[in-house]
Amino acid sequence: MSVPMVAAEGVRKRFGGHEVLRGVDLLVAPGEVCCLLGPSGSGKSTLLRCINHLETVDGGSLRVDGALVGYVQRGDRLFELRPREVAARRREIGMVFQRFNLFPHLTALQNITEAPLRVLREPADEVRERAVALLQRVGLADKADAFPAQLSGGQQQRVAIARALAMRPKLMLFDEPTSALDPELVGDVLAVMRGLAADGMTMVVVTHEMGFAREVADTVAFLDDGLVLEAGSPGEVLVNPRHERTRAFLSKVL
Amino acid sequence: MNTTSVRAVPVRHYGRWAGAAALVLIVVLFFRALLDSPNLDPAAIGTYLFKDYVLRGVGVTLLLTGVAMVLGTAGAVVLAVLRLSANPVLRGGAWAFIWFFRGTPLLVQIIFWGFLGALFPRITVSVPFAGTLFDQPTSVVVSGTTAAILALSLNEMAYAAEIVRGGILSVDRGQTEAAHALGMSPALTMRRIVLPQAMRVIIPPMGNETITMLKSTALVSVIAGHDLMTVVQGVYGTNYKVIPLLAVAALWYLALVSVLSVVQFFVERRFGRGFAVPRGGLR
Repeated sequence: MSVPMVAAEGVRKRFGGHEVLRGVDLLVAPGEVCCLLGPSGSGKSTLLRCINHLETVDGGSLRVDGALVGYVQRGDRLFELRPREVAARRREIGMVFQRFNLFPHLTALQNITEAPLRVLREPADEVRERAVALLQRVGLADKADAFPAQLSGGQQQRVAIARALAMRPKLMLFDEPTSALDPELVGDVLAVMRGLAADGMTMVVVTHEMGFAREVADTVAFLDDGLVLEAGSPGEVLVNPRHERTRAFLSKVL
Repeated sequence: MNTTSVRAVPVRHYGRWAGAAALVLIVVLFFRALLDSPNLDPAAIGTYLFKDYVLRGVGVTLLLTGVAMVLGTAGAVVLAVLRLSANPVLRGGAWAFIWFFRGTPLLVQIIFWGFLGALFPRITVSVPFAGTLFDQPTSVVVSGTTAAILALSLNEMAYAAEIVRGGILSVDRGQTEAAHALGMSPALTMRRIVLPQAMRVIIPPMGNETITMLKSTALVSVIAGHDLMTVVQGVYGTNYKVIPLLAVAALWYLALVSVLSVVQFFVERRFGRGFAVPRGGLR
């Protein structure tokens, strides 16, 4: 295997006295779609947030495309990077949030162009052209000048995906992207994500959408109580789970 | 019963009608008493309202308000960011600054800056080996106007810092996370994402602050600040037409505050974008 896009080894994270991640291992190859499943509180969202250093890691190592995200290694020690340097490494990692987190004071188009213009300092006409194309791709070409408050949840989430894609990331993280949506709006967002997967984007997706995981995922990892209980193809994990805990979870959600 | 012909009669508020009538009567009596007073002297008000030295006083008042608000707001943003810093020394320093300047009366601060020379007779800047770069009597460096600006803007910084901090805290944490996830640095996130949204919360109280500031400038008359109030006091100090000249000042303050209220309306609308659909739908 070439350099994995995401390589987590023994990742540990504690919030106060509670250890949320207790030594997580995870490998995601380039071009792969990996779905993280598990009950709430199992640590899947925390793991996702550690991947782009929205949370610091207390132990173990987490590499994206071979490089540590929030740290630099000198000898046997990891030193946390300055906020500026962390920001530079995050440019290549897109993230989509459960609550969309669009910038409410900017239009849909401005939401998408903001980071390429201000962070990458790319020429305005080029960025605008790309943003219009991205809006078209997520089916919202006519909503360019709408403010987030004027869009439905599903439309907001599709703008949020376009916003992340505008930075041309090599890895996309999705944190329960459809959990805050009305059931009828989930399909549009999943369709956009399917399209991305088909185009070969590397994706790590925290989700409760079992249908999506079964159809789109290359690998599925089941987390429970801060550990990856089992990981493998959807056929293995979802159809013939080895662990009793996995089986119990799946019987509830399927 | 034929329901279509029934008329609905609203409740009759006799108490309200009586109250309104009483109010009108009081207002009429008050204005009659006012016009009967020989000391109001409407002709004098007319004479002094647009006198060139009064207009210059209005100019100084506006200048003091403008400069103090600009310096005060800029300092307030810095103080607010320091108050939210992870470094306890920076946080504590900002807290102490706000504690001191909010905790002492503005009038005391104005007089203090006006009489700075009594505490430090000379202001000297010297660099080791390079010698003295600057040496002047304090009264020359800190004139009446400078003292007024120093006092007003330092005081404003302390108050506005808490308003700005409240505005920053009102912005959802998810906004900062989304900006960071896009690779934006903390400074860029503050400038482009957090502050513009905080503005919506900051503007209304800052409009209040500006109006308060406009009227607070009257206090600098104690150190001869050349503002509207100083001018008016100077005039009635010589001709004893106290009431007409106070009326001149009051009319000017009222007019300026009215203009500021209109400005505030438009500024609020500008920063409310995206939070309320503008009337008449989208452009």
